Amino acid sequence: MITALRKEFLLQWRTRAQAVAVFVFGATALLLFSFAIGPNSAALRQHAAGFLWLGLLLSSTLTLSETFHAEMENHALEGLLLLPVSPRALYYGKAVANAIQLIALGIALVPVMVVLYDAGTTRLPTLLLIIVLGSAGISAPGTLYSAMTSQARAKQTLLPLLLFPLIVPVLLASVKSTSLVILGDPMSQATSWLLLLLAFNGIYWSLCGLLFDRVVED
Amino acid sequence: MVPNSQVSRLDRVLLAGAVITGLTAMFLGVYMDAYLHEGISIGGAGTALIAATLGMASSVLFLLMGDGFRKVPLGLIAVAAVCLISGSYFGLFVAPPEHFMGDVQRIMYVHVPTAWNGLLALTFAFVAAVVFLFTNDFKWDARMEAAVEVGILLAFLLCCQGAIWAKPTWGVWWDWDPRLTTTAVLLFAFAGILALRRFVDDPVKRAVWSSVATIISYVDVPIVYFSVRWWNSLHQVQSSPSTVSSQFYLPLRLNAFGVLFLMTGFMMLRARVAALRLAAEVAPPPEELAGELA
Repeated sequence: MITALRKEFLLQWRTRAQAVAVFVFGATALLLFSFAIGPNSAALRQHAAGFLWLGLLLSSTLTLSETFHAEMENHALEGLLLLPVSPRALYYGKAVANAIQLIALGIALVPVMVVLYDAGTTRLPTLLLIIVLGSAGISAPGTLYSAMTSQARAKQTLLPLLLFPLIVPVLLASVKSTSLVILGDPMSQATSWLLLLLAFNGIYWSLCGLLFDRVVED
Repeated sequence: MVPNSQVSRLDRVLLAGAVITGLTAMFLGVYMDAYLHEGISIGGAGTALIAATLGMASSVLFLLMGDGFRKVPLGLIAVAAVCLISGSYFGLFVAPPEHFMGDVQRIMYVHVPTAWNGLLALTFAFVAAVVFLFTNDFKWDARMEAAVEVGILLAFLLCCQGAIWAKPTWGVWWDWDPRLTTTAVLLFAFAGILALRRFVDDPVKRAVWSSVATIISYVDVPIVYFSVRWWNSLHQVQSSPSTVSSQFYLPLRLNAFGVLFLMTGFMMLRARVAALRLAAEVAPPPEELAGELA
């Protein structure tokens, strides 16, 4: 699995222009959301958490749909599956790589959010934890679905179509807890949302790992 | 039409099973009800009676049709029509209007059965997906496709009925009620699975992937429900239907069985279509075409 992870990082490093492009896309999305609301700084601050996560979600489809791009060329996936390792290791390697990529993207988008929406916070460790759990929650089913859709027709449409309804709980919990971090949390509700994220991650990191074997077989 | 004498042994076993189950349900219901209420009322016994009558009616219909399983869905749909018509009659004309909501509440007689059966259809899809992944039997793939499609239809109807009920009751078409929201999410999740099936050409991959997606989406349902409920907890208190009066039971249950039979009939027909389509898809090209190609 570590080897699979290293391979992913090597590939990502070689195509780092892609990561920069995704970041610029996310930042542009954040900019566009503020045009949708209008120059009302109170309202913008109120909705900052939602915009951050929608920006991250939209960018995530770009990174996730690229996950199996390299494997689809020259039938490299079949070569990988012929290696004497479990496909599960391949899945976890890819999913962890995706999660780390999304976490980096999320961290990079936070300053953009702070500047554009005036939504600063001092509780950075909690915010970091939310970004880690939210990104992990997106990438666990996202990696599995991208394994399917990269081999299907109309892959660009299918991935968000399948993924977005599924991760409604992740989006809800992340947005809710992020906005509690930004706007203050008098009743300390953020913990329960973090627990929900944790539970979602637990379920999908195990379930998707189990099912991945069947998705890539033959 | 095949004459009645050609009813197979399996059909007879099924018929006997239906009659025995119906009678047992009836006696159990009467007994339970008498025990609980010290007297026979329409609640539990009524339901059991309806179940038994319908079970026997459908078995008789099944026998009369002969021709084995091919006519079962049509029989089910016919029974369903009887149930739904009588249920709607009782619901619209016999049952008294509800005290607070008045006639608006009568939509409950279709709404609640739709909800129960919609969830049942998607649960069946989940079961079919799991069975397919274990057995690789394409019969279960066809059943899953049918169940997902019928489940989506019911979920869509559920959203529409919910909106129709919400407008006069809450004053808005849509409220972020956990049940309503979960149904909408469910609708989109399973519609995505149907789209996936359309866009994958290899039948094996299509079956495996849509099974995997069905399992993943089905597991998501309770999580969505609880997260939306939590998200909305300050706003909407769940109503508890535990105090439904016995006058409301009859149309509710008639319709519930009606939708159940209708759904099962549709699912059987749709599964047959799916199986035939698959057979046509993997069949070798016809002789004359093969000659041309060569």
